[in-house]
Amino acid sequence: MKIFPLTLLPNDANINFMKMRWLSIAIAAIIMFVAIGAMATRGFNFALDFTGGNLVEVHLDKSASLDTIRDKLAADGYDSAQVQTYGSGNELLVRLQPREGDDSSAATAHAAQAVMKAVTASGNTGKILRNEFVGPQVGKELALNGLYALIFVVVGFLIYIAFRFEWKFAVAAIITTLHDVIVVAGWFALSGHEFDLTVLAGILSVMGYSINDTIVVFDRVRENFRSMRADPETILNRSINQTLSRTVITSFVAFLTVVALYIYGGGSLRGMAESQMLGIIIGTVSSIFVACPLLTLGFLKVTKQDLLPKAKDDAALARRP
Amino acid sequence: MLTFARWKYFVILLVLVVSVIYALPNAYPQDPSVQISAARSDGVQVNASLAKKVESLLSQAKIPSKSIKVEDQGNLLVRLEDTDQQTRAADLLRPQLGNDYVVALSLAPTAPAWLEFLRAKPMPRGLDLQGGVHFVMQVDQASAIDKRLDAYVEDVRSTLRDNRVPYTSVVRRGNEALVATLGTGADTAKAQSQLRTAFPTLTQNLQDQTLTLEVPQAELQRISLEAIEQNLNTLRNRINAFGVAEPVIQRQGTDRIVIQLPGLQDTVEAKRQIGATATLEFRAVIGNEATADAAVRDRSVPPDARVYYTETKQPLLLSKRLLVSGEQLVNAQPMTDPQDGRQGVSITLNSVGGQRMLDHTLENVGKRLGIVYVEQTPITAIVDGKEVQTIRTDERVINSAEIKGVFGKNFQTTGLSAEESKALASQLKSGALAAPMIFVEERVVGPSLGAENVKRGTMAVAYSFIFALSFFLIYYRMFGLITCMALVLNLLMVVALMSIVGATMSLPGFAGLALSVGMSVDANVLINERIREELRAGIPPQTAIATGYDKASGTIFDSNMTALLAGVALYAFGTGPLQGFAITMIVGILTSVFTAVTVSRGIATLIYGGNRRKLKSIAI
Repeated sequence: MKIFPLTLLPNDANINFMKMRWLSIAIAAIIMFVAIGAMATRGFNFALDFTGGNLVEVHLDKSASLDTIRDKLAADGYDSAQVQTYGSGNELLVRLQPREGDDSSAATAHAAQAVMKAVTASGNTGKILRNEFVGPQVGKELALNGLYALIFVVVGFLIYIAFRFEWKFAVAAIITTLHDVIVVAGWFALSGHEFDLTVLAGILSVMGYSINDTIVVFDRVRENFRSMRADPETILNRSINQTLSRTVITSFVAFLTVVALYIYGGGSLRGMAESQMLGIIIGTVSSIFVACPLLTLGFLKVTKQDLLPKAKDDAALARRP
Repeated sequence: MLTFARWKYFVILLVLVVSVIYALPNAYPQDPSVQISAARSDGVQVNASLAKKVESLLSQAKIPSKSIKVEDQGNLLVRLEDTDQQTRAADLLRPQLGNDYVVALSLAPTAPAWLEFLRAKPMPRGLDLQGGVHFVMQVDQASAIDKRLDAYVEDVRSTLRDNRVPYTSVVRRGNEALVATLGTGADTAKAQSQLRTAFPTLTQNLQDQTLTLEVPQAELQRISLEAIEQNLNTLRNRINAFGVAEPVIQRQGTDRIVIQLPGLQDTVEAKRQIGATATLEFRAVIGNEATADAAVRDRSVPPDARVYYTETKQPLLLSKRLLVSGEQLVNAQPMTDPQDGRQGVSITLNSVGGQRMLDHTLENVGKRLGIVYVEQTPITAIVDGKEVQTIRTDERVINSAEIKGVFGKNFQTTGLSAEESKALASQLKSGALAAPMIFVEERVVGPSLGAENVKRGTMAVAYSFIFALSFFLIYYRMFGLITCMALVLNLLMVVALMSIVGATMSLPGFAGLALSVGMSVDANVLINERIREELRAGIPPQTAIATGYDKASGTIFDSNMTALLAGVALYAFGTGPLQGFAITMIVGILTSVFTAVTVSRGIATLIYGGNRRKLKSIAI
């Protein structure tokens, strides 16, 4: 009977992913090293959440356009200034990251000057009410917590997958997930886009997404290993092809939802949406091109024995004198 | 075969009804309002005449109000048009109503009464969604330990003195130990046993006439922990007196306190209230003004005295020995002296302080007692180009009257202005800070920005939903419709669960909602694709649906458990906004497993299941 009026992918997809496994792993490795290189050489453009910075409060004689002030500050070397109104419309709260080479006292002085300049340039007169430097300590603590979270997740994944599947799957899944996280983080280093708390949250949720995708494929691999009589490479290929339409459709819809976040969520959610958009793409590609190929390499090579119930062996052992 | 137990339908129906009820309050907008309650339980009335007074005050200032009503809980609730009017109204009413009432900013629900009866409340909104002030304060624990160890030294001395054990000195050795050098021929056994009863936690070590009392590490940790706990309590009291609805006061890490005051915009006032610490110290006066003048001129201040100044810059010598400090204060009330009409504070001490005051006044009638007002204000200064947060301490003698009679726990002190005595009384009453604190961070979110954020977040979630739903409807037809129903229920459940738990909704929370749509999508796609696969393999439709659900369930479980781990890690190690995001993610994952596996299967069985005519085809 005819039941499939609409499909994104052909139902009988039979692409030989395993044939190109060396190529795909090599490309993945290169991308990852570029990402690591970018992080090492360029570093991140950390937001005020991490760096600390200046907080300038000004009282204006008349209300002003925030965008104009933002532009003026950018022209003066403060690219990521946050300008908000506060209290009545005549009070402004400006948050600035210190310019390169400024120590905190110079930064405090420069920040006040820059804000006054920007305010006067927009045809207004203002008075500085407060000019404070917010220490970066909090940021350091948070960054450290992010690292702890990463370690916790990695260990948790390892234990869970090793328990539910097998340790080789666990290692392959972790490598794939870390690859994805590194690539997304590397993108932020490379592009110089601002790295704030929501980006950190986005990257951590990429881990969730990436592992989710990989597990779905592995689940099918496990199932096929138990039911098919074939060599591991054929089984892996079959599994990827069988789950291909699911993988692509899920990613497509998930990508759509995050795009909505990117378009309509406004500035504060853009970094998060960006990291997730990228994470969904990388996570999808890597679950197809990296996760399964890893299971054919060196010590990670899976065999049918790995997934058969161990009970028989134990029983045999127990019978020995 | 495709079957579904009847009781499961019942469960689903129940979940649906409960979800709708508890998600519903979020659909009603909240009125920005000002809540007025009595500051004391005695004599202050919240009644119709207060409502009249408030009404006339507001109409004089031309602030329109939606309603002014005395509520069941004994509060007066003034509903206003917008947050701007709310701030204006509160600023107007606070000074007018005085100290008898607490004026707080709040958000009044507009949901019907039956929802409130069921305890269905909307999610509280984070600062980023409604505006307000955010502070992070660091507690100076070193100074808490310092203060406590100094008190130990003083207590060891008085224990020895009271038991008539001669000693030459008692000094501190760093933070580890107290060293008491006993006089020759002193009864060391007696000293040891007395000190053991007085300080059971300190370990003793006697060498000749030198007794070392070691302070264990655990004791030091306990001191810092107590310090931060006491500071938390004190802050809570102060902020409650300040009148902010639903403030957040939390410990963060080992030495930080996070304070969020939603709805508040005036940082300066808030900082003053939160950061300032005022206390009183009682010390014996040595000599008089003339001796003090002479001592300052000749630089001959006696070793047991210190120079203090009065309000008129007159020096005065006070004993270094602290008789009673702010920690021994139990209560303080502003009062007017009935004899000369001067403002003052009526003070009650605890039993230790009362006993000391009694002992001192017994022996010193006719001598003078100095009362020192100590105020600590956190300030930021720049030293050698570095940001340094310090505490400025202002001390001044506010009263140095002659002790006319013996008194103990209760007495009055005068010499403050009306303002000062009010402020002092409220600060003393709310307790002293165990250790000074400095502001390490502060943020202000404007109310208009908050409203903008709500709009954007809602829009983002709505569109991500519309995108997903339209795709499913086109791609999977009937099963797409089933998926859509599951997704809608999923969103309802997430919102309802978060409202029940009282999780704070913030901007990243909206991102979490959008992400939970994505997670839910995954589970449903897995199921639908599996069914298609079974059908492709030539399995009859009903069996295909059942097998599809069965096979996909295992995968969904594994993949979601791992994603859940990531969510838990984010919650455990994150702060504020990260936690908000993590909560929505966790809740979303849990509900999506339920809706995808159980609910959508139930609907599919309703449509295709049972012993109906042999199914030829299904729309998927």
